[in-house]
Amino acid sequence: MLTIRDLCASVGDKEILKGLSLSIRPGEVHAIMGLNGSGKSTLANVIAGHSGYEVTSGSMEFRAKDITALEPDERAGEGIFLAFQYPVELPGVLTTYFLRTALNSIRAYRGEEAIGVRDFSALLAEKAEAIHLDKELLKRCVNEGFSGGEKKRLEILQLALLNPHLAVLDETDSGLDIDALRAVAEGVNAVRKSDPDKSFLVITHYQRLLEYIVPDVVHIMIDGRIVRSGDKTLALEVEERGYEWLREEVR
Amino acid sequence: MTSEPDAISRVTDRDYQYGFVTAIEQETAPPGVNEEVVRFISAKKEEPPFMLEWRLRALRRWQEMIEPQWAFVHYPPIDYDNVICYAAPKTGAKYQSIDEVPKEILATYEKLGIPLHEQSRLAGVAVDAVFDSVSIATTFQDTLAKAGVLFCSFSEAVHRYPELVQKYLGSVVPYNDNYFATLNSAMFSDGSFVYIPPGVTCPLELSTYFRINQQRSGQFERTLIIADRGSSVSYLEGCTAPQRDENQLHAAVVELVALEDATIKYSTVQNWYPGDENGKGGIYNFVTKRGICLGARSRISWTQVETGSSITWKYPSCILKGDNSVGEFYSVAVTNKCQQADTGTKMIHIGKNTKSTIVSKGISAGKGQNAYRGLVRMQKGAENARNFSQCDSLLIGDTCGAHTFPYIESKNPTAKIEHEATTSKIGEDQLFYCKQRGISAEDAVSMIVHGFCKEILQELPMEFAIEARQLLAVSLEGSVG
Ligand SMILES: Nc1ncnc2c1ncn2[C@@H]1O[C@H](COP(=O)(O)OP(=O)(O)OP(=O)(O)O)[C@@H](O)[C@H]1O
Ligand SMILES: [Mg+2]
Repeated sequence: MLTIRDLCASVGDKEILKGLSLSIRPGEVHAIMGLNGSGKSTLANVIAGHSGYEVTSGSMEFRAKDITALEPDERAGEGIFLAFQYPVELPGVLTTYFLRTALNSIRAYRGEEAIGVRDFSALLAEKAEAIHLDKELLKRCVNEGFSGGEKKRLEILQLALLNPHLAVLDETDSGLDIDALRAVAEGVNAVRKSDPDKSFLVITHYQRLLEYIVPDVVHIMIDGRIVRSGDKTLALEVEERGYEWLREEVR
Repeated sequence: MTSEPDAISRVTDRDYQYGFVTAIEQETAPPGVNEEVVRFISAKKEEPPFMLEWRLRALRRWQEMIEPQWAFVHYPPIDYDNVICYAAPKTGAKYQSIDEVPKEILATYEKLGIPLHEQSRLAGVAVDAVFDSVSIATTFQDTLAKAGVLFCSFSEAVHRYPELVQKYLGSVVPYNDNYFATLNSAMFSDGSFVYIPPGVTCPLELSTYFRINQQRSGQFERTLIIADRGSSVSYLEGCTAPQRDENQLHAAVVELVALEDATIKYSTVQNWYPGDENGKGGIYNFVTKRGICLGARSRISWTQVETGSSITWKYPSCILKGDNSVGEFYSVAVTNKCQQADTGTKMIHIGKNTKSTIVSKGISAGKGQNAYRGLVRMQKGAENARNFSQCDSLLIGDTCGAHTFPYIESKNPTAKIEHEATTSKIGEDQLFYCKQRGISAEDAVSMIVHGFCKEILQELPMEFAIEARQLLAVSLEGSVG
């Protein structure tokens, strides 16, 4: 699904990703954990094609296609979705309108017909219901005045709606109460169940989310590199022991 | 956020779709602003003596005036000796019917989407088309005549309704009002005239379409709209010009008079050629628009969507003289590339319980500079007058600017004035968010911009609102990479 080799990326003169490799096969769930500032969000942004980060070396292939030169909207069309750590507000832009524009843009990219207003409303209602998202929220402008948890739920709604091949979830669990966490996890698992070939890259600080979304592989990231990968027990180990021992080992 | 060139600042050029020139033989006045030219224009139009005298008085006043410098715009001095003030198709400055209009000109309007043949015209809108200095055709004359509505070119009105013209011309914008209005008073070539009789609701939207074609020419048109007691009218103005390297001057005057219980709604979608990405060429749009609510409970509402012109300098204003009269100003002004706009309004409250609302939305991209300048004045007698102003600015990229200059004067302690202002920016993060969801940068900007000026677009008549939306999208195209 996604193959990253020796990826280096920087902002200005500052190198943040320092030779990172990662391979996710169809249907797999990978988790990334790591200290604040280790470059997790940077990796997510680089996968999605943020123009603020310059890829200085290495390669990225998505579904057997080199994506390094693609614009973010093209990557979205190819089937990459990023649930943001900090979703942005779009004042004046109605959420329903935004969501329909997004879906139709992706459909157009794939050569599919645009979805009409009516069919879209039905689809949206169904998806919103599934993750217990208050429909009143959809009548407001995108993320404007939403609480932290509401923003995260809207990200998951978009995940369900846009139906990507690969979803990167950047700390989608942070700041959620336990009900919201469960709803988000259920949303993700429903997407997984709908198509066993879908892949996920879950960035988190907490083992708790991984009890709901069980990973096939856990990676630990330190200072722009993956320093260790293992099965789900690695997440437990890190939660108990912290990161210092790994840092020592790397040295 | 990044050291590499911002996606936002990659401003590419986009062709101005109305930039073509019509090849037609024109008769022009000699260049310059002087008595000879004034007499030439007046003679061409076979004007009665009162008109010529008015023009000459304005000319003498103008020769003593100096060009204003206070606006937040910058341009090299205009060489008035080189401006051509009058240009008309050679076949004659007057057409008895649409069949006499040269086919090149009809084709021009077809190309602009303004067919002048009535059968092909969108139902419900009567059009007066002004090509350089002359009015080419006014459609739907019969329908309007049945309702008693007078709608014709200004030149025609001078002959057919001299009493009305003499009574109201200069009653709102006097001949000596300001530099550009005075220039217009001396040199104006044509424009539209509207009179709505008492109690009549105008059965059609009235519209004027202005087109500058001639090289080096200035366009000085004059519009006068009078809504008599209890009448109402909605008037639309549209404009385009060919793409030329030199700057062209457009110094228009619009006067609105609303008598007791009358309503005038004046909408503009301005799309003059804005110049290229280096600021070369484009129209100088220096316009004086003012309305007076003479009678009690009258209402004047200005709505403008300003996307074109190299420099815009205009302040559609309301004088609220009648008690309980209402003035409104709704504006969207876009500046992209090297465009400059200094626009806003004046609300002069004279009568009791007068109310005014100002909603201004400025959008700047590229190297565009956008200034809002507004005056709210409460005179001594303006008991319980109210004003609410809201000025919002939206910036796209880091190289543009937005400025707000609100002026408030209150001489009546019972009057209330409220002012709100915001500035926001379309950030890289917002664009990235949209793009991550598959939406192109261009669609993202247009979505955010439409959200930003929704309230204003709602004020426009339906057909115009659609045009305005497209225009906004086009004028911001290329403002993001
Ligand atoms: N646009 C930027 N400009 C400057 N520095 C940046 C930028 N983006 C990221 N960085 C720096 O790169 C490093 C990695 O940041 P990143 O956001 O990827 O960390 P993270 O692992 O997601 O941290 P957290 O767990 O706190 O979310 C940090 O030191 C951060 O300050
Ligand atoms: Mg992060």
